[in-house]
Amino acid sequence: MAFKYSSVTKKIIMALAGLFLISFLIVHLSINLLLLFDGSGDSFNIAAHFMATNPVIQVMQLVLFGGFILHILVGIILQTQNWLARPTRYKVEGFSHTSFFSKFMIHTGAVILAFLVIHLFDFFFKAKFGELHEVMIDDTLMEDMGVLVIEKFKDFPYVLMYVVWLLFLGFHLDHAFHSALQSLGLNHSKYTPLAFGLSRALAILIAGGFILIPVVIYITQ
Amino acid sequence: MNHWSSKGEDPVAFDHDCREGICGACSMYINGHPHGPDKAVTTCQLHMRKFKDGETIVIEPWRARPFPVLKDLIVDRTAFDKIIQAGGYISVNTGGIPDANAIPVPKVNADLSMDAAACIGCGACVAACKNASAMLFVSAKVSQFALLPQGRAEAAERVQAMVAEMDKQGFGNCTNTGACEAECPKEISISNIARMNREFLSARVCAPKIKEQTGGGI
Repeated sequence: MAFKYSSVTKKIIMALAGLFLISFLIVHLSINLLLLFDGSGDSFNIAAHFMATNPVIQVMQLVLFGGFILHILVGIILQTQNWLARPTRYKVEGFSHTSFFSKFMIHTGAVILAFLVIHLFDFFFKAKFGELHEVMIDDTLMEDMGVLVIEKFKDFPYVLMYVVWLLFLGFHLDHAFHSALQSLGLNHSKYTPLAFGLSRALAILIAGGFILIPVVIYITQ
Repeated sequence: MNHWSSKGEDPVAFDHDCREGICGACSMYINGHPHGPDKAVTTCQLHMRKFKDGETIVIEPWRARPFPVLKDLIVDRTAFDKIIQAGGYISVNTGGIPDANAIPVPKVNADLSMDAAACIGCGACVAACKNASAMLFVSAKVSQFALLPQGRAEAAERVQAMVAEMDKQGFGNCTNTGACEAECPKEISISNIARMNREFLSARVCAPKIKEQTGGGI
């Protein structure tokens, strides 16, 4: 079906799904950072409990999965069409002076997806279906996600794996925000340079913020 | 060339026409760059002094499924003609010479339109793009009309028809890498691609549904 949509429509779908996923990352990071600001893990647990029980968030969770699936599927379709459009490669490959990471979005995306599966099994599915220790905070019994995260990040290879994964996320995000705006037709001589800067800032802040969490936990534990 | 000719064999075939950088016929991929390593020139305007003495120069034809190689360095660029035929024009009777300034055009739009119209349709954008996407070419053609009052009338139909034809020809999709802009001999800006996306989106969302074709037009 998706093959029927025009190339521009597919790019618009990619852009909208991508921007939605960026908004999710910002929310996810904001909650994770609570682990650094509150050593007891209570704030993180309260936030995680809210995310796991609030009905609006539950609906948004389904929308989020839809967004991921859409972004991945349309991305694979676009890339397949792109590969098919050049069956014979050049003997001397081009090296235009353009954004480096923009050339490897499918590769960084594939790495992110592979680790995402591991990540979901390690945290999301454990919290959703597994049996976690429970803790009483403000007279409410909730899953102790904080302990789960801290225990995981005591293991050096595990921390290293996450750092590498998150670096790839940063590489992917470097060509995400401004590219999404361009796909949506939002290009302006005044604001496009700002969008480029914002895109890089988002990549550094989101990937850096996420990397900080396992690193700080490993160092301080 | 002389080597093959002296042996009675065909010399290497390549396209050429104007030799002043305005026709786009001399499209060759030289040392990893469409039209060679010099910036903002076509192959016919590229001087040998841009290469080192004794340097190996690798010349290849455009590599893209919609541009099949006819012979040696000559590719068939009919795909571009098909896209233009799908809507790259204004369907009005030209009539007599209109009065100057009868239709006011903002200077900035006139300039942007002229910049887009500088596209010579050589296909360097397709050759440079890692996805063999023709978005820069199509967007330049869409923009040069969409920016002017005479072209606005058919802007919504035009962009949809040209994008549909571009996809039908089998070009790749734009990933906003910017290689097309970096390699374009006429320095066409990728802001045109954003304009095309914008035109396409607004045409799809806002343009009324046309129930029957009344003849003429795009």
